[in-house]
Amino acid sequence: MTADFLLELRSEEIPARMQAGARADLEKLFVKELTAAGLTPGAITVWSTPRRLALIARDLPLGTQAVSEEVKGPRASAPPQALEGFLRKTGLTREQLTERDGVLFAITEKPGRATKDVLAQAIPAIVRAFPWPKSQRWGAASFSPESLRWVRPLSGIIAILGDEAIDLEVGGIRSGTVTRGHRFHHSGDITITGAADYAARLRDAYVIVDHAEREALVRDGARAAAQAAGLVLVDDEGLVVENAGLTEWPQPLLGRFDEAFLDVPPEVIQLTARVNQKYFICRDAAGKLANAFVCTANIAATDGGAAIVAGNRKVLAARLSDARFFWEQDKKVPLARQAEKLARITFHEKLGSVADKVARVADLAEWLAREGVVPGADPALARQAAQLCKADLVTDMVGEFPELQGLMGGYYARAEGLGDAVADAIRDHYKPVGQGDDVPTAPVSVCVALADKLDTLRSFFAIDEKPTGSKDPFALRRAALGIIRLITENHLRFAVAEGDLLGFFADRLKVQQREAGVRHDLIDAVLALGGESDLVRLLARVSALQAFVGTEDGVNLLAGYKRAANILKKEAAATAGAQGEGVVPPTGEEDPLVLVDDPLFKDVAAEFAHGEAALSYTPEPAEAALMAALAQAEPQVDEAVAQEAFTTAMAALASLRAPIDAFFDDVTVNDADAEKRAHRLALLDQFRAAVHKVADFSRIEG
Amino acid sequence: MLRLLAVDLRCAIGHGRHTMADTAPKPLSLQDMILRLHAYWSDKGCLVLQPYDMRVGAGTFHPATTLRSLGPEPWNAAYVQPSRRPTDGRYGENPNRLQHYYQYQVIMKPSPADMQDLYLDSLRAIGVDPLQHDIRFVEDDWESPTLGAWGLGWEVWCDGMEVTQFTYFQQMGGFDCKPVAGELTYGLERLAMYIQGVDNVYDLAYNSHGVTYGQVFLENERQMSKWNFEIANTDALFDLFNKAVAECRNCLDAKLPIPAYEQAIEASHVFNLLQARGVISVQERASYMGKVRDLARGSCEAYMAKYQDEWAQKFPGWSA
Repeated sequence: MTADFLLELRSEEIPARMQAGARADLEKLFVKELTAAGLTPGAITVWSTPRRLALIARDLPLGTQAVSEEVKGPRASAPPQALEGFLRKTGLTREQLTERDGVLFAITEKPGRATKDVLAQAIPAIVRAFPWPKSQRWGAASFSPESLRWVRPLSGIIAILGDEAIDLEVGGIRSGTVTRGHRFHHSGDITITGAADYAARLRDAYVIVDHAEREALVRDGARAAAQAAGLVLVDDEGLVVENAGLTEWPQPLLGRFDEAFLDVPPEVIQLTARVNQKYFICRDAAGKLANAFVCTANIAATDGGAAIVAGNRKVLAARLSDARFFWEQDKKVPLARQAEKLARITFHEKLGSVADKVARVADLAEWLAREGVVPGADPALARQAAQLCKADLVTDMVGEFPELQGLMGGYYARAEGLGDAVADAIRDHYKPVGQGDDVPTAPVSVCVALADKLDTLRSFFAIDEKPTGSKDPFALRRAALGIIRLITENHLRFAVAEGDLLGFFADRLKVQQREAGVRHDLIDAVLALGGESDLVRLLARVSALQAFVGTEDGVNLLAGYKRAANILKKEAAATAGAQGEGVVPPTGEEDPLVLVDDPLFKDVAAEFAHGEAALSYTPEPAEAALMAALAQAEPQVDEAVAQEAFTTAMAALASLRAPIDAFFDDVTVNDADAEKRAHRLALLDQFRAAVHKVADFSRIEG
Repeated sequence: MLRLLAVDLRCAIGHGRHTMADTAPKPLSLQDMILRLHAYWSDKGCLVLQPYDMRVGAGTFHPATTLRSLGPEPWNAAYVQPSRRPTDGRYGENPNRLQHYYQYQVIMKPSPADMQDLYLDSLRAIGVDPLQHDIRFVEDDWESPTLGAWGLGWEVWCDGMEVTQFTYFQQMGGFDCKPVAGELTYGLERLAMYIQGVDNVYDLAYNSHGVTYGQVFLENERQMSKWNFEIANTDALFDLFNKAVAECRNCLDAKLPIPAYEQAIEASHVFNLLQARGVISVQERASYMGKVRDLARGSCEAYMAKYQDEWAQKFPGWSA
């Protein structure tokens, strides 16, 4: 036997932004409580409106299974102490134990519980444990600080299993079968008989309890309203969800505002409408912002919504008047004069004012242009744009809508007749802000965007304000990511940083590149060569390397490298050991290469490597082949690396694959003859050095 | 600014046909609206108090709200509070912004279970029909660092316009509200503009005999804006601030929380005037606000200290 269960938690208006989380939490807590009691619900549906959270669990068993728990005890013949211990542990007497095959068992029968009893306990527990982002106390009960907390006052609970009401109480609220309909379209109580008629009864009372259905009504209704006016709605799923979270009976209505307001930049209108009023905006057939908005009412008004539209239009007009006032006032003051006020704004107590920052950014932007780091950028324009880029922070418009920083600066720059290069650079200098954001490509814009972020990073690193763990109050990680994208997407060639800051960039680069499918160990392998601060070259190398290690040649060369490195490492350890006392004990931080560069064969190796020492023996064919291959490959690799033709360098390395394989197959490195041994070790060292011209293969995994 | 005003009037002529002015028989004047609210809340058991006779930024500063929201004693009151925000002054040239305006304040402790319904009925009482106008409760949490207070609630929207703040106080002066008080703050001018279908605050009908809000207050706004922004003697203001701080401490030493709180209010308003005069830098601002906060909290603490034993005795189970 199973039955469907209905739960409604009715409250005063739940913030729209919290409803999705609340639905997920309700389901999670419900499943957790039931599972703990041994009940497995069927399908679960969770709904929300501003005034209620509802859950329907299908096919709940009406009771939990009876379970028999068996604990094995001592043998019946065991000494009395063992029996006593077991009795103490189980809390039973000897007579209550069961004997089977000479062993004692404690058997506890756990009877099944009625599901309604489980629910009567579970629901109050869920309500008390509910993780609202913010919750409050209310009413007479709040005399006690321990009183129930809920997102807003909780006013009613319905809990019905099948057709049976479950009696429970939490925070002084007793469950029942009665709820309320729409705040204005319905009055009095609505009695619910169960899960089956809940949504329908509410619908009769002007409440659409399914949020997804309300969202569809808002989405489609707003589109239809725009279409009926010959316009196209600007889709905004965030607004759809928010408006559905603010209404139980959503009614999208289109209104018009005075066309004269269209003088104000469209972003300002959109922001005012969206953020302050939660309105959709519309475009005309040509794609231009239209003088129309769509608001979502919560009633089907007696006059068809005329008064509502008129009221909303008036509110929007007042807001747009403010915005236009700011726009007109701000335009009267040239950005250069606004920028003077930046001296009064502290950027950071140790880093001076925003004006100080702007001066640094201007120097840097000009330098990036003058040095040709950003090709094609006019140094004078880069400086000018940088000097003005923060000026909009003191405008009235940005004071009102901080989100419009940069964008407004661009508008004001154009309005005072500055060229597109400068206006665009001011507009785009915060970019890229997030992962999906565009990266500036216009040369002057790139200079300013890069200089602003570089200055931020360098300045905060200079005063030792580095991000730690989850703390990054100055958004330095985001700045570093922005710089990486500006550099890589515009192929800018320069040393981005050194020391600590370069390490910080390397970490950010690994995170960023991981998302692009680039292996972090390959980045490490290139970085291990030391001091690569040209991110474009670094990534070109990594990219060629990633392609190479994916080929058969690459895999085999890597295997050969590891074999060579191991032999060298062992040899190094042996030489170090042979030197015995008087040797500085290894700290673990030594580069294996340093150890290999041991005097015992260092000189020999060097001579061999440079072909200066004639061999007193005839090298074996594989040995000679490797020598020849190295002699040929090394200059090729050098040249290719110098030209940054990393794929060519990899190809040159690939030519070593067959010789190194053959060398390991045919030649004994650890020959009894000291000269042979030294020469062969030197050869391996030379091989490793050749490979290291491209990357430190020891950092490559696999 | 004049141009802005002109455009707004044009909007009113173009689109103002569907306002309540045409659908309701006779919209209430501002003073009739206040009288209706008084009658309504009086009927619901609220004391109808008069405005506090000091300069404050909002109805919440009235001791009938701040101090009375502390402690276990039931308290229901309604009053109009003239509110001053010097930086909002616009020399009488902005149709929506004023440096002096009225708030209608209701405070009910403990918050009644039907407080939302009581509020909605009060809107009906002043002629707002919720089947013709879209009333919404939109999340808006309230926090006043100055008063060491916070609460959860909503801004109430009428056709997209915020007409009331509705807050369940959770803390005041750093103390948990036990029990919680519900607070309503109506923006009287906004609401009246809405009800009367007027786009410019100065066109509001103050009474039903032809006197407008502008006739009563326009000159006041002009002169006070001028004084707030340009004339007020800042040395004298700094002096006043320091004297209020000192006097508040004097009162606290004498265990007189009510006069101490008055001095905290005084310091708060003088600080607002200094802000309007633009003589407090960003860096100094936090320090001034901190001083005002300490005075306000100190007053609340002194108030609690003075009465908590008496309350604990009168209300078994209650403790600060």
